Amino acid sequence: MKQVKKKKFFRSLFFVLLLTAGFSLFAPPSVKVVAQQPTPSDDDVNAIARKLYCPVCENTPLDVCPTQACKQWREEIRLRLAQGWTEEEILQYFVDQYGARVLAEPPRTGLNWLAYIVPPVAFLLGAYILFRAMRSWRALANQPVEAEPPVVEEKDEYVSRLEEELRKRG
Amino acid sequence: MTENSNETLTPAPRRSVPLWAQILVWIGLLGLLVILAIGLLRTQQGTIQAGQVVDDFELAFFDGYDYNGQETVNLSDLRGKVVVVNFWASWCKPCEQEAADLEEAWRYYEPTGEVVFLGVDYVDTEPEARSYLAKFEITFPNGADRGTKISQYFRIEGVPETYFIDRQGVLREVQTGPFQSRQDIIEIVDALLAEE
Repeated sequence: MKQVKKKKFFRSLFFVLLLTAGFSLFAPPSVKVVAQQPTPSDDDVNAIARKLYCPVCENTPLDVCPTQACKQWREEIRLRLAQGWTEEEILQYFVDQYGARVLAEPPRTGLNWLAYIVPPVAFLLGAYILFRAMRSWRALANQPVEAEPPVVEEKDEYVSRLEEELRKRG
Repeated sequence: MTENSNETLTPAPRRSVPLWAQILVWIGLLGLLVILAIGLLRTQQGTIQAGQVVDDFELAFFDGYDYNGQETVNLSDLRGKVVVVNFWASWCKPCEQEAADLEEAWRYYEPTGEVVFLGVDYVDTEPEARSYLAKFEITFPNGADRGTKISQYFRIEGVPETYFIDRQGVLREVQTGPFQSRQDIIEIVDALLAEE
């Protein structure tokens, strides 16, 4: 009896395995499919685009700018990357074509240095002024309240004379 | 007791910022304000004004375009002629409205040799610019505004914008936005040609 049960068990197990194998043959592959990226990829293009600003849409980096002009610029970057240009060459190309103002970081020349020097200098100066002000406020707060000098009442001359007269008569 | 209170009442000597440092800070601040003011004035100036002599500039043409067989032209070479400088871009929809009118006006004046049209392509990519020129069959001399130098000089506020320069090199008319018809262009140019 036990052997019959064992046989039944192995037979059903065999069928289950057979069915699983059959399903796995016809089941669609479980490989994750992702959208193909154009070559060079959008990420490659945007890595350079975020270092540029189109003069038409000021204050919007090229990688997120939705205008037609900016789309064209991004395609230009893709084209140059596909041709094997380096990032520096592409940035230089844009500077030559449209001027240095398209760069997110102004080149370190001439008056542009102000953009690099002024903010940290202003910050340090502000911090110094604040430090001095706080120090003087703290010194004022720690200073003991000056005791009022005792009021020495000076008697009025007429009052003195009046008192004297009264003493003489009294 | 009195000695003690006298000690506490004596103010601590205060170290003030040296005079040279104060002067330096004020000079720096004033300098920054001047730069800021100049920048603001420049942005609020608008385009260059009629009556002003236009400074010389050089325009390099796209391949296939020339002026009297030359691949570049200087404005100073065109003294004695009426010059129409049109700023455009391939991504600019209003530019398409006037493209045909400009081309017609150019073909109208081209045989006379007294009027020169210059197309200045602003912040554009060359393949798209060339497609635009081909689409509207533009034949008058056209080139890219390299380094946006020309547009910065004219302080253009957008595209399209058109500048009419008389025979003496003086800016006479500014058209911001597209022309409504070829006649609009012809009226301005004819008035300038009529002058001695």
